Amino acid sequence: MRIYATYNIKGGVGKTTTAVNLAYLAAADGLRTVLWDLDPQGAASFMFRVKPRVKGGGRALIRGQRSLDDAIKGTDFERLDLIPADFTYRNMDLLLDKGPEAKQSRKLSRLLAPLAVEYDAVFLDCPPSISLVSENVLHAADTIIVPLIPTTLSVRTLEQLTDFIAGFSGRRPDVLAFFSMVDRRKKLHREITEELSAKRPDVAATIVPSATLIERMSVERSPVSAFAPGSAAARAYRALWTEVREGLD
Amino acid sequence: MTPGLAGFVVAGAEPHWDDALDSVMAALAETFALAPARAGAPGGGRRRTWLDTFDWRLYRAGLLLEYVTANRAGQLVLTSVGASAAGDPEPVVQPVTGWRVVQPCLFDHLPDGPVTDRIAGVIAPRALLPLVTVATTASVTSLLNEDGKTVARLLIERPVITAGHIGTAGSEARIDLPPRLSVTEVRGYPGPARRAARIMALAPQIEPGAPGGSPEKALLDEALAAIGTRAGNYSNKVDAKITADMASARAVATILLTLLGAVEVNVNGVLRDTDTEFLHDLRVAVRRTRAAIKLLGEVLGLADDVLDQFAADFKWLGDVTTPVRDLDVHLLDFADMTAQLKAAKPTDLDPFRDFLVQRRAREFRALARALRSPRFGQLTANWRATLTAIADGQPRRPGKPGKGAAKPALPGRPDPLASAQTAGGLAIDRTRVAFRKVARRGGAITSDSPAESLHDLRKRAKELRYALEFFAPLHDKQDYAAVLGDLKRLQDCLGEFQDTEVQMEEIRALAEAMLSAQAASRGAIARTVLAMGEITSGLATRQVGARDAFENRFAGFAGQDGQRRMAVLLHRTGGAA
Ligand SMILES: Nc1ncnc2c1ncn2[C@@H]1O[C@H](COP(=O)(O)OP(=O)(O)OP(=O)(O)O)[C@@H](O)[C@H]1O
Ligand SMILES: [Mg+2]
Repeated sequence: MRIYATYNIKGGVGKTTTAVNLAYLAAADGLRTVLWDLDPQGAASFMFRVKPRVKGGGRALIRGQRSLDDAIKGTDFERLDLIPADFTYRNMDLLLDKGPEAKQSRKLSRLLAPLAVEYDAVFLDCPPSISLVSENVLHAADTIIVPLIPTTLSVRTLEQLTDFIAGFSGRRPDVLAFFSMVDRRKKLHREITEELSAKRPDVAATIVPSATLIERMSVERSPVSAFAPGSAAARAYRALWTEVREGLD
Repeated sequence: MTPGLAGFVVAGAEPHWDDALDSVMAALAETFALAPARAGAPGGGRRRTWLDTFDWRLYRAGLLLEYVTANRAGQLVLTSVGASAAGDPEPVVQPVTGWRVVQPCLFDHLPDGPVTDRIAGVIAPRALLPLVTVATTASVTSLLNEDGKTVARLLIERPVITAGHIGTAGSEARIDLPPRLSVTEVRGYPGPARRAARIMALAPQIEPGAPGGSPEKALLDEALAAIGTRAGNYSNKVDAKITADMASARAVATILLTLLGAVEVNVNGVLRDTDTEFLHDLRVAVRRTRAAIKLLGEVLGLADDVLDQFAADFKWLGDVTTPVRDLDVHLLDFADMTAQLKAAKPTDLDPFRDFLVQRRAREFRALARALRSPRFGQLTANWRATLTAIADGQPRRPGKPGKGAAKPALPGRPDPLASAQTAGGLAIDRTRVAFRKVARRGGAITSDSPAESLHDLRKRAKELRYALEFFAPLHDKQDYAAVLGDLKRLQDCLGEFQDTEVQMEEIRALAEAMLSAQAASRGAIARTVLAMGEITSGLATRQVGARDAFENRFAGFAGQDGQRRMAVLLHRTGGAA
């Protein structure tokens, strides 16, 4: 089982959009896949038309009093399941903030372990922030996928993240950043994306363009890869998924 | 997605199927929004051909084997329909390439894989034959909740027979079977699937499919019925449709007609050389026919010379099948034979095998000629006409076998159907006599008795076995099974004693034949003959073992307990009054 997380401190950069499309593509490739919507806003759950509510409460789930198994919902797509968001995730930091400090950032990792029997791929969709939740996610994941908006500041965001991870003792996840919402007509976008993907090996060659079809996902309530598989946007996510998977070898 | 929650079949005749489906959909639409399933959902079509041996070995063992093609990939799928309470285990799947659907496949030609591992022991030495091909198109409808989320799925499968490989429909058959419907649950949404199943259960035009059983088996049974046959309709048991109060002549004619059917039904498989067991079963039916003529023939009321001619013709038929069967036995035993070699190398026997194969090819041609000859055709036709007349209770002038002429029954003879004896009376009578003979002759055998006395006892035991088998439907099942079990053990012992001797003699004769046929290369043949010598020595050891076991086996069958069991059996036999 391989655990992927989409992560960025900043909000609105495309984390959920990416998680939803890559999870869909993983399942389409034959991997038994589950996406865990950790954001109390429930954007990923909404995208799959699943109500943002965990049976028996998200609190019991995070505390390990209920098994993840009971919370899992089948999506409309073969091999793709979802663990919905829950309102109680608002206070997830408080839920995690129990027990010895050294163990607090590894709780999520332990909760996920039993999924290995049933799944080949797990996707975690995080809320934006630096918090105990995101720390847990960074520790649990094998691969961190970081959507970047092409601004000069985005480089700093990435550097901060890699520095933070470098400080981990023991296992460290792989990091793969990519540019999202790129407008090729803007000179600045072109310059930044070209420069960075050439310079940094942890920046993907794939660029996800800014596309109105992607915005339509919340109207269609479906991954763009499913409702418009031939579109440039879907092709970009397909290429990104290929890069993410190949990054493993 | 979890597997099918509830299965249904559309009821009634074909023109109404679509109406039934429409009304089911309408009923579901009152609770769910319906949408054709999105891409990526299960569905599509597949074509499957069920396979089994001629005598239904898989079906009888609770196994269903299909060759399935979907998206051009082929695989063998083995499903177990055993009535285990824990539910059926997962099907075993084995991808195969180049499978020839219409061709029989001999057990030892099956491609390696998990299905082969599971079935080889069950079907050997028979071939797998195609039974019926069914193509299924499937469509999936999503049942949606108020968010437009799929919360259950409805699978509609439309099976159509595209070829009947057995039965009467023919290989061009195209027969639609009633559509199947099943609801499947989406994980985390148990309620909607249950609701959908309830709605469907209330729909008048559909009914639960295979309640408590396997939907796969139900479909196969239905498909077989549609092509005019049924599973398990052949076995090499006698199983004649007789009753205890039938007139004995009619019962015996019925038994003989059943045996004739067994001869005829195996002829094609013999001629096509599909597997060795067609010939084996044909020979068994011929032997039983000859035994029945000998033991029971006179109650048919035929003139002696007529009956004698039939008996002679069936002896001819038995004899023409012997050489090929003997060679088959050697070839089937070959692997075991080479495995027991200690001094010689297994390859030393290769020339022996080649020799057997060549001989078999020659003998097979002679056998095929005999089975295609007018003599065989007239024999079966005349025999059938003669027996049918008796079984139907209108003894016409029975045909004379082999000559096509007919001769009236002897005027002095009583009409056999008017005679008072019933099948039940005849069964008791003949079984008792045969049992007494076995008990008396076997009891006289001591350790000093010559081999011939055991060979003779074997014949008497066979006669008893035939008497029991012919009238099996008249006996109590349990009593019968008890007596037959002991008798079989005795027969196995006597058979081993004599067959090992016969095989030794045959191997000696074959060795001589090989030597004279290959006089030029004596040096090479010496090793082979030495290895064959080792085989005969193994046979000699087995023969001694059989002789040692005899006393026990005989006591087990014909001792006090055995006598009592037989008495109980005959006492309870229908028509014993
Ligand atoms: N490539 C793109 N082109 C155009 N619009 C995009 C693209 N990617 C994302 N968006 C839009 O941007 C908005 C934010 O995207 P998304 O929800 O995926 O980001 P996020 O990082 O998960 O946000 P949050 O931090 O709130 O969880 C959405 O309205 C989405 O439709
Ligand atoms: Mg988000």
